[in-house]
Parts: sequence; structure tokens; C-alpha cells
Amino acid sequence: MAGAKEIRTQIKSIGSTRKITKAMEMVAASKMRRAQERMHMARPYAEKMRHVVAHAASANTEYHHAYLAARESVSNVGYIIVSSDRGLCGGLNSNLFRKVVGDMADNHNKGVGINVCVIGKKASAFFKRYGANVVSEVTDLGDTPQLEELIGAVKIMMDDYEEGRIDRLYVVYNNFVNTMTQKPTIEQLIPVVPSEEVETKHHWDYLYEPEAKPIVDTLMDRYIESLVYQSVADNNACEQAARMVAMKAATDNAGKLIDELQLVYNKARQAAITQELSEIVSGAAAV
Amino acid sequence: MATIQVDIVSAEQEIWSGAGTMVFAPGEVGELGIAPGHTPLITRLSPGDVRVIKEDGEEEFIFVSGGILEVQPHVVTVLSDTAVRGHDLDETAALEAKKRAEEKLADSAAEMDYAQAQAELASAIAQIRSIEKLRKLRK
Repeated sequence: MAGAKEIRTQIKSIGSTRKITKAMEMVAASKMRRAQERMHMARPYAEKMRHVVAHAASANTEYHHAYLAARESVSNVGYIIVSSDRGLCGGLNSNLFRKVVGDMADNHNKGVGINVCVIGKKASAFFKRYGANVVSEVTDLGDTPQLEELIGAVKIMMDDYEEGRIDRLYVVYNNFVNTMTQKPTIEQLIPVVPSEEVETKHHWDYLYEPEAKPIVDTLMDRYIESLVYQSVADNNACEQAARMVAMKAATDNAGKLIDELQLVYNKARQAAITQELSEIVSGAAAV
Repeated sequence: MATIQVDIVSAEQEIWSGAGTMVFAPGEVGELGIAPGHTPLITRLSPGDVRVIKEDGEEEFIFVSGGILEVQPHVVTVLSDTAVRGHDLDETAALEAKKRAEEKLADSAAEMDYAQAQAELASAIAQIRSIEKLRKLRK
């Protein structure tokens, strides 16, 4: 009887695959909740920072920071590309890379040079293959990214800006809209885009202790870092959400496949029995 | 008694928030005492304890490893660093990140990159599939 045994083995193997994908789905779901929390926890800092920076920028400060002024000609740009370390999360990373590669090609056609800072193994592998000029990299951030690990990589890009090697800096990440939607986003970091909230004209300024320059410098560095951290936290939540959805789809598909195979198996078994019976009957008739 | 709102946040989480009658912070140029109605001020902090005296007279100690302190007449915001920072430390971290990138580019042949292999495998499988489809169509 052809196939019945093979089909049974196949059903079994798909069944164990389904178990794995189901488990991964549940793990991703619980990790996603924590990643979302982390994402929200990072918000107050970024918000407070934004307020202080907006104040400092609109107050009549005698010192203007380099990050606040846009340069007239752009001959080089930098990208900080945030990706996940692991795969099996649907089209999350490829969608992001597609978007950024399109943007890079536009810049390239305009004759603009490109420097890249990669965060996460997927971006590292992809942009190495792509042949981009990767100047710094961070991988293995794990499920709880720490700001500390990002400092170095971000600093290289900020130094590049200050020393004129790049004239604009973007961060590229997946924006967490909700569990089903992750939006690949390219955001300009430097020069700092003025916030939309219309600030009333300030007639006061802070007391700077000891003086404005070092404080504004630190403030700006921290601000950029916090934005990058925020993108990493966002991307992390996206990764878990995307993985959850992908694994759910895989589990469903495995279920469907098993149902179909079960039907085929039953038919094969039935056919075997029928055949055997008819053999016996015809055998008996011949006697 | 007049109070002042105190928010202590770091890039990773909100650390402490509440009202106090007096705040002490380790400013870079010396210890600062801030009472409600203080002039707007901004300064960097050195690693140390931020002390908040609450309305009931109890004290709250929060360790910060540096950061920025912003004072508005009714709000004190501490933007705490998550790690001990210093110019040299930052520099070292930057160099490390750079080195990693360079090493990655250099030893492309050394160990087979798993992610890359996977990507190549996926594209090979896709090619095979489309070839098979074409064959079926021809038949």
C-alpha cells in the first residue's frame, strides 16, 4: 500500500514543527509586551529632553550648537540603521532595508557620499554584502537593549558630523504602530528638526553653570543618543510583534497542511482496505 | 508649604517622580540646593545622590551617575545618565564600535556568515522554484 506510512511520518514531522512555531509565537508575545513597556518607559526622557532642547534653542542663547544649524550643501550623509539580531520575523528587516536602499540610491544618484552605522546582525550582514561604507557597528543587543552599548557607535556618527565628514544624519528603524503594523521609518537626526509645537518667544534664558557651551554640547549628545535608543526600543518591539505574527501564520499553515494530509492518509488507508477486501473476495471466488 | 515637582528620568526608564520642598543635587561645580521658585538654571551633574526632601519631611535618595539638571520655578528635571560617562570612556566605546565594523569587513572569508548563507540559500531556493514552475508551464 503506497504512501500511507510516508504520509504518517510527514504528519508527525509537521506536527512537531507546529509545536515549535506555536512555542515561538507565545515567547514572542510575552517578549513583545515587555519590549513595549521598555519602549514606553523611554518616552518620558526623550520628551523632557525635547522640551529642554527646544527651550535652549529658542532662548536667547549666546552659543549656537552645530546640530541646530542646517548646512547649505550636502555632500555626504550618514545613516544609522537599526535592525534585529535574529530572523524569523517576517519581512520586517527586508522591508526596512528596501526602503533605505531606495533612499540611498537617490542620494547616490545625486552624487552624495554615504556612511553607514549598523545596529543588529541583520543590518550588518546585509550592508556588508551591499557594499556600503560601514563605519561602525553594534550587534548582540539582546532583548534588553542598553543605552550604554550604543554610545560608541552613535558617537562616531556625531563626530563625523562635527568634523564635516557627513552633513546630515538619519536614523532608520521600524516604527511600532501596533501589533499588526510596523512602519519602516527614516528620520532626520542632525541637523535637529525643530519641533512642531510653536514655542512662544522666550525672553529669559537659563542660568548656565558653569557656562553654556559644555552644557549645550552634552545636552545635544544625550538628545541624539536618546533618539537612537528610542528607535532601538521601537525596533525591538516591532521585531517581537512581527515574529509573533509570522509564527502565528506558520502555526496556522502547519495546521492546514496536517488537515489536508490527514485526508489524503485516510483515503489511502481506505483504498488499501478496499483493495485487500476485493482481493480476498476474488480469491475466494476463484477457489 | 510650597513644593516643587521633581522628575528624575533616564533614557531607559522613569526613575522617580514626586513633590518635594527642597532638592539637593551634586552639580558639576558644587552641591546645589534648590527650593521652590528657583530661577531657571541648567547644569551638568557629577555622579552622586540626588536628595529630595518630601512634604512629610522624609528624604529620598536617588543615585545618578551624572546627567543634566534643569530647574524651572516649579519643576526640577533630572535627565540622568544610565552609565558613568566621560570623554575618554566615550572615545573608547567609539573606537570599539569602529573596530568591530572594520573586523567584520576584513574577515569576510574567515567564517561563513550564517545570515549571509541563509540569504543566499533563500534566493537559490526561489530560483529553483521559478524554474520548476516554468517547466510545468511548458509541459
